[in-house]
Amino acid sequence: MIRKLLVVLEQRDSRIKKTSFEVCSIAAKFAAKNKVEVVAIAIGDEITNLSAVSDYGISSIIHVKHAGLALYSSSAYKKIILNYINKNAIDYILLTNTAFGRDIAPRIAARLRFGLLSDCISLEITPTGFKAARPIYSGKAIQEIETIGNKGIATIRANVFPAAIQSVSANIMVQKPELIDLSNRTVEIIKSDGKIDVSEADIIISGGRGMKGPENFHLIEDVAAILGGALGASRAAVDAGWRSHSEQIGQTGKTVSPSLYIACGISGSVQHLAGMSTSKYIVAINKDKDAPIFSVADYGITGDLFEILPVLTDEIKKLNNRF
Amino acid sequence: MNIAVCVNHVPDTASKIKLDSSNTSIDYTGVSWILNPFDEFAIEEALRFKDNSSGTVVYILSAGKDEAKETIRRALSMGADEGILIKNDLALDSLSISELLAMQIKELNCEVVFCGKQSVDYDNTSIGLMIAEIIDYNAISDCVTLSIEGSTVKAEREIEGGREIIETSLPLVVTAQKGLNVPRYASLKGIIAAKKKNIKEVTLTSSTSTVKYNSLSIPNAKNPGRVLGSDSGAVRELVRLLREEAKVL
Repeated sequence: MIRKLLVVLEQRDSRIKKTSFEVCSIAAKFAAKNKVEVVAIAIGDEITNLSAVSDYGISSIIHVKHAGLALYSSSAYKKIILNYINKNAIDYILLTNTAFGRDIAPRIAARLRFGLLSDCISLEITPTGFKAARPIYSGKAIQEIETIGNKGIATIRANVFPAAIQSVSANIMVQKPELIDLSNRTVEIIKSDGKIDVSEADIIISGGRGMKGPENFHLIEDVAAILGGALGASRAAVDAGWRSHSEQIGQTGKTVSPSLYIACGISGSVQHLAGMSTSKYIVAINKDKDAPIFSVADYGITGDLFEILPVLTDEIKKLNNRF
Repeated sequence: MNIAVCVNHVPDTASKIKLDSSNTSIDYTGVSWILNPFDEFAIEEALRFKDNSSGTVVYILSAGKDEAKETIRRALSMGADEGILIKNDLALDSLSISELLAMQIKELNCEVVFCGKQSVDYDNTSIGLMIAEIIDYNAISDCVTLSIEGSTVKAEREIEGGREIIETSLPLVVTAQKGLNVPRYASLKGIIAAKKKNIKEVTLTSSTSTVKYNSLSIPNAKNPGRVLGSDSGAVRELVRLLREEAKVL
């Protein structure tokens, strides 16, 4: 019997998020290699880019549509997904390891007694479920793990798997929800003024104790703005009250793997390194040439960041003007 | 009202992690242990409740080895009322641990449950949410603000690039994110009182695991790269390398 895999898509502001396309690509690979049947489900009101799911190799798309479902409701979304899984005898479920995926996956896993593998950085399908590798201790070690009992649910870390274009025809089936349980619901989303979140950014520029105070972070903001990157902070900068905890990178903050990570005035504690050392390229700017951050940096500058950062902004501006 | 706070005993975040010779478990020699940092926010939130409404009893629950009593005691010294250790020496999956905690929460008739949003050892972010499903409570994860009036709950949870404002009702499980509050320090009086408190031990059995742990590995350390200098020439070289060698600009 052909086994079935369900991708649970994440939408925000009526658009499917990029991290969901990464998950679609993984599912499409399983469809080709392991002969599983793949369906993607999206819950929401209007979703403007839903057909783009078929650009990543998935043809069957279900849109459970209702104005009352535009914003996430854990109770309503959970029941719709459980209902679909039970009716269609789904064996495997894939989601993103985002605030959305992390919230709904354990609920579904507990209700169905599916083995949950969270924050996977590699994943394969076996006859008995999923087999994966996942970072533990914020990446200080990697755990090999598998599901028991034929069924599995996995959440995928962002920015690890490529969203590979593989166009197929889109077959979108719009359905009305059978029930809408809004006993636990989001009534509003407050956005932090247009900034890119560190967990989804491809370029991050971070500041630590060496920034000397909140008034100096404009130097970092300038670089972030010109690179289209996100602003991060070390625990020292957050605990001093200079930056919001949502920007904290490290073991008690966020773990990130951007293409480029620029650490400014960050010494590089064990906890901070755990949160960012899997970044593809790391730049360290720190006066102290013995700072541990240099042990993981591809490129280091041992100068005064108050002199270095304005020059960096200018040099990148020049580069952008040339190309 | 009865409140449960689930806590976990974890290696200090400053620890370096080594493996034992079998590569299936961690060598904890020389590691110091702490209360999971996110659990401090969970305890503080429960204690604020207790400060504001008489008749509130705060239970500290942990599933783990005898050593976890240290962490339970730490929570008691902050001002919690009673500690319960669910004895477990096995490497159980999140669902099994959640079942054990859920059984005890039911037994104690707790209407509100606080957990840290994740445990900094295995980095699963699932226990609180799984407990909620097992006992059929509402749940808010990654919570950064919380207000409970009567049975009406208003909260904010952190999401990428913002916050969701959530409305729900009791009974409730909350998983605490940094920013929910500023945890108090244990007072000397609290520490002395906690020493005298008895930590109850219970033995419970969960159903079979849904996940199997295989091997562990330590990622290869990154080789240090080049120090380019300390002046504006170094910055020009950096920008050139980022464009031509790393190809990230």
